[in-house]
Amino acid sequence: MIEFTLWDILRNLALALRWTVALSLIAFIGGGLVGATLLCLRLGLGRKTQHVIGAYVGVFQGTPLLMQLFLAYFGVSLLGIDVSAWTAASLALTLYTSAYLVEIWRGCVEAVPRGQWEAARSLAMSFGEQLRHVILPQAARLAIAPTVGFLVQVIKGTALASVIGFVELTKAGGMIANASFKPFLVFGCVALFYFALCFPVSLAAQHLERKQHGRTA
Amino acid sequence: MAALPDKTIDHEIDPVVDQALVPTTMPAPGVPIVRITALRKSYGTNEVLKGIDLDVMRGEVIALIGKSGSGKSTLLRCINGLEQFQDGSLRVADKPLLHESAMAMRALRQQVGMIFQSFNLFPHLSVGRNVMLAPTLVKRRSDKDAAEQARALLARVGLAEKFDAMPDQLSGGQQQRVAIARALAMEPQVLLCDEITSALDPELVGEVLRVVESLADEGMTLLMVTHEMNFARKVADRVIFMHQGRVHEIGTPADVFGSPRTPELKQFLKSLDD
Repeated sequence: MIEFTLWDILRNLALALRWTVALSLIAFIGGGLVGATLLCLRLGLGRKTQHVIGAYVGVFQGTPLLMQLFLAYFGVSLLGIDVSAWTAASLALTLYTSAYLVEIWRGCVEAVPRGQWEAARSLAMSFGEQLRHVILPQAARLAIAPTVGFLVQVIKGTALASVIGFVELTKAGGMIANASFKPFLVFGCVALFYFALCFPVSLAAQHLERKQHGRTA
Repeated sequence: MAALPDKTIDHEIDPVVDQALVPTTMPAPGVPIVRITALRKSYGTNEVLKGIDLDVMRGEVIALIGKSGSGKSTLLRCINGLEQFQDGSLRVADKPLLHESAMAMRALRQQVGMIFQSFNLFPHLSVGRNVMLAPTLVKRRSDKDAAEQARALLARVGLAEKFDAMPDQLSGGQQQRVAIARALAMEPQVLLCDEITSALDPELVGEVLRVVESLADEGMTLLMVTHEMNFARKVADRVIFMHQGRVHEIGTPADVFGSPRTPELKQFLKSLDD
């Protein structure tokens, strides 16, 4: 049997942490792009689009992320497309993130007073100009804190990607725990790694929120 | 109010605009700049405008008065398409207002500026940028030209030194004057003022009204919903009293305030004195 020192455990977990970070970034950037696109569609197009996007949000918020990962992994291969754990995890987390972000951001857009739309409209700006130059800059300010806060959820959500065999922090922890027979120590370290990742993000969100309140007060 | 006793009201509305209303700076107009015909507007089953007919001549200053809920603000907001109406027609500078056409609406809104009760400055932009934004986007003006124009307009409303200030650093009266400069930057033919002093502290009302008065003197066509009766009396060419979604009485300030013909207007004017 191979002896695992604490250093070995930490080193291996740190290596796996890279993939947690990478998956989080993919989910966040991909989800942000999809979410932003959906938001613009939702704002710009008619009631029908709103319902379609509302249903999309409902599906992803109303089912466990775990199921979404399973469906992305096994469902897509049923269609005859061979998906790697990487692709499936990226896809599921991107869609999941986008569903939450589009809701968060829609709330921020709606928090911009009606009068701002009206003023922009009565200055003969087109819808796109109103959105780009008047509404979105104000909504973005409101959105920073809750968006960064949601990033924490995404980071923790990546742990579920371990169930489809994606080797990130949690999966690596499980493997090391099995090999080393020190599950408590290993998973304790895993938890610390997550904490080290998430806590600064939470702090940043709190800080941004305070700054936001300071500005509007 | 010194109302004449038992005056009959069978000729209560005189739709003919025959007074010499056009300021001398303007050439004699052929057609009204705003022509509203049989305009009706409802929210659901609640009809708020029940057939409005109104012609506004170029350079005319019109004050809309009446109780809240009488439809005066709604009428104003119909003129630049912030509200859609169900029936009737509305023409500005002889072009019909078409809600379906975004192009037509943009063209119309370049003719019609609007100033709001709550100022609605863009809080993320400096005062100068607030004024410059629409001309650079809509009129494709260069930054340099737009900045030059913005400085001139801010000087005109007495805020030349505030070009780089942010809106939240200004008082309400200053913000409203910036809003006026911003509307003027689009060089509108008609300016709509929707209770523009109602959100201001009393001591700040005067500075805004002085700017509006100077615009009136320069021949700007103005339609204003106002509670400032003294101002309406002083500046308006015609005063419109709206009641329950209709133009209930219309006339010169002297007529409307001095010899109201309908009991509703008498009562309204009386309620102001209380």
